[in-house]
Amino acid sequence: MSIPSSIDETVDLLARGAYVADRSLATAVFLALKMGRPLLLEGEAGVGKTEIAKVLSEALGRRLIRLQCYEGLDTASAVYEWNYQAQMIEIRLAEAEGKQDREALGKDIFSERFLIRRPILQALAPDVAGPPVLLIDELDRTDEPFEAYLLEVLSDFQVTVPEIGTIKAIEPPIVIVTSNRTREIHDALKRRCLYHWVDYPDAARELEILKLKAPGASARLSREVVTFVQSLRKLDLYKNPGVAETIDWATALTQLDALALDHQVVNDTLGALLKYQDDIARVQGSEAAHILEEIRAGAQVAQ
Amino acid sequence: MGTGSPERLAENIVHFARVLRRAGMKVGPRQVLDAIEAVEVAGLRSREDFYWTMHTTLVKRHDAHVIFDQAFHVFWRDPQLLDRMMALMLPEIRMPENDDSEKANRRISEALFGNDADEAREPDSDLEIDASETFSAAEVLRKKDFEQMSAAELAEARAAIARLRLPLDEARIRRTRPSARGRLTDMRASLRASLRGGGIIPLKKREYRRRRPPLVVLCDISGSMSAYARVFLQFLHALTNDRDRVHVFLFGTRLTNVTRELRHRDIDEALARVTATVDDWDGGTRIGETLRRFNVEWGRRVLGQGAIVLLVTDGLDRDAGQGVEPEIARLHRQAKRLIWLNPLLRYDRFEPKSLGIKALLPHVDEFRAVHNLDSLTALIDTLSGPATRISERRAA
Repeated sequence: MSIPSSIDETVDLLARGAYVADRSLATAVFLALKMGRPLLLEGEAGVGKTEIAKVLSEALGRRLIRLQCYEGLDTASAVYEWNYQAQMIEIRLAEAEGKQDREALGKDIFSERFLIRRPILQALAPDVAGPPVLLIDELDRTDEPFEAYLLEVLSDFQVTVPEIGTIKAIEPPIVIVTSNRTREIHDALKRRCLYHWVDYPDAARELEILKLKAPGASARLSREVVTFVQSLRKLDLYKNPGVAETIDWATALTQLDALALDHQVVNDTLGALLKYQDDIARVQGSEAAHILEEIRAGAQVAQ
Repeated sequence: MGTGSPERLAENIVHFARVLRRAGMKVGPRQVLDAIEAVEVAGLRSREDFYWTMHTTLVKRHDAHVIFDQAFHVFWRDPQLLDRMMALMLPEIRMPENDDSEKANRRISEALFGNDADEAREPDSDLEIDASETFSAAEVLRKKDFEQMSAAELAEARAAIARLRLPLDEARIRRTRPSARGRLTDMRASLRASLRGGGIIPLKKREYRRRRPPLVVLCDISGSMSAYARVFLQFLHALTNDRDRVHVFLFGTRLTNVTRELRHRDIDEALARVTATVDDWDGGTRIGETLRRFNVEWGRRVLGQGAIVLLVTDGLDRDAGQGVEPEIARLHRQAKRLIWLNPLLRYDRFEPKSLGIKALLPHVDEFRAVHNLDSLTALIDTLSGPATRISERRAA
């Protein structure tokens, strides 16, 4: 599929992939696609940053190539590596055959035949379905040297292998970079990307997301879950529950055959929503009861 | 889109970028070009789309969102202006008229209107309301003046910081470098070498690199610490400029990140910026509250990758240690190593009596006390020397 030609089409495209995007995110995605620029998505964990890349690849019918970042990530696991075993066999064979030309052998064993392509190099290769989606996930987990390396890749979409030369993408891949902001990404890299901060959704959008992602939950339960989560996000917790947690929680409650929230079931399942003991201890009991009361009061007013 | 003049639109975007820059946002020329291109690509259909098109290209940090938002609404305030621009008939940008309902950020106003009174017709009452929100009567907020640093002091600072050896200050990282005695095999280098020689493949080795972990300093600047403020700031400035990945926070009744200010090479300039940023010099200390702010807002962002935390405080807490315990415990769990530096005047008679101190003590990896803290040298020696044993102190 070809890339969308307007922001409205981008909203539709994401909706087809069951991603409920607000206008701001759709604008960012549209511009990134249209301008052929990497898109840097920052935001708290669990707001659906990674999901965008998956949905894009699915909706556009492109291949998804994922590079999960971690500290110490190097070119050998991110870009390319030589197949040493095969190279050694090649050398042994050459010696067994009595070949003497070392220079020719050197050229031969450092040729593309012995190159193992890692995600970034894979993303630069042409694909019948069109340029792939390259997801560079949680860039903040890696260190500055790798970030610096990415500069060449993200601005020119090319990689330099000393033994072979420069490999350049004929058509640049669609690049989505995500960061949880456990450290600041360098300005030089940000300048090469379009930037979007993915925020928690508002109640209406979160409800829409639940309808799609947790279809088993009753309408009432979904509404109460969303109201509860939205209230929690106002509490100044250490870690606010993300959309992923909302979905998990709604699914968990559905599995327990809950049709509505009550005090007992909230206390029992809070672990699906909050991941810090301090937060759980704070919310469990009176705080949860208080939010539940508010939900009840709100529901009565609505009726 | 018509035959109008896209140059006008571009001109106004350039103008808008200039306003953002003057309001303190970092906007490079490349981003401005991006913004112009993006508007061409996205077209001008609605104000919202235009807003997010500008946002995506010009904003590169989440913190800048507020500035952008306000600047956007002030700059493109006139909806007709945008309509006209959509028709690409946009006139030169006019100064917005006086509008009391619009509560603009002071910096934006200054950036837009300059400081001239006749241009800036922002009502004064707005600014006063602003001020009363910022300055709570319960806090003693003061600005502080430091004398200029002498050349001798600067020389001393440089010499002293060079001797600083924090405990566990080197960590093995997962990057490697060639080394004759390393334990890892460098297959690539080995194969290359084998092509030069013959027969046997000579094994080349690599070893893990070592690197200083990030350092996070939380420094108390309340009244009881005021005697040392000068030495500490000198220390923090030298530290920030000596190594990478240093984050410095000052706290009294509130928490302020002064890393960017301290990074200025010239120490007098840096200190002037710090003093302009911080509002709670020489007041009380709210250790629990400020630690909580740190944990919530900054902990995840600066404590990654095995950070060492240096907590500088005398532990005297205005809130009598309230709320300190859970927060220091959390900080302790997140930090690779938590070092408490306590500048006590009468060190020999130190006893952990204050509630703040009692709450802090069980949760630090190292306790270091320095008495007679009159110079940077004394401070550095304390940090580089052996840790103070708290149990002994208690028994004595």
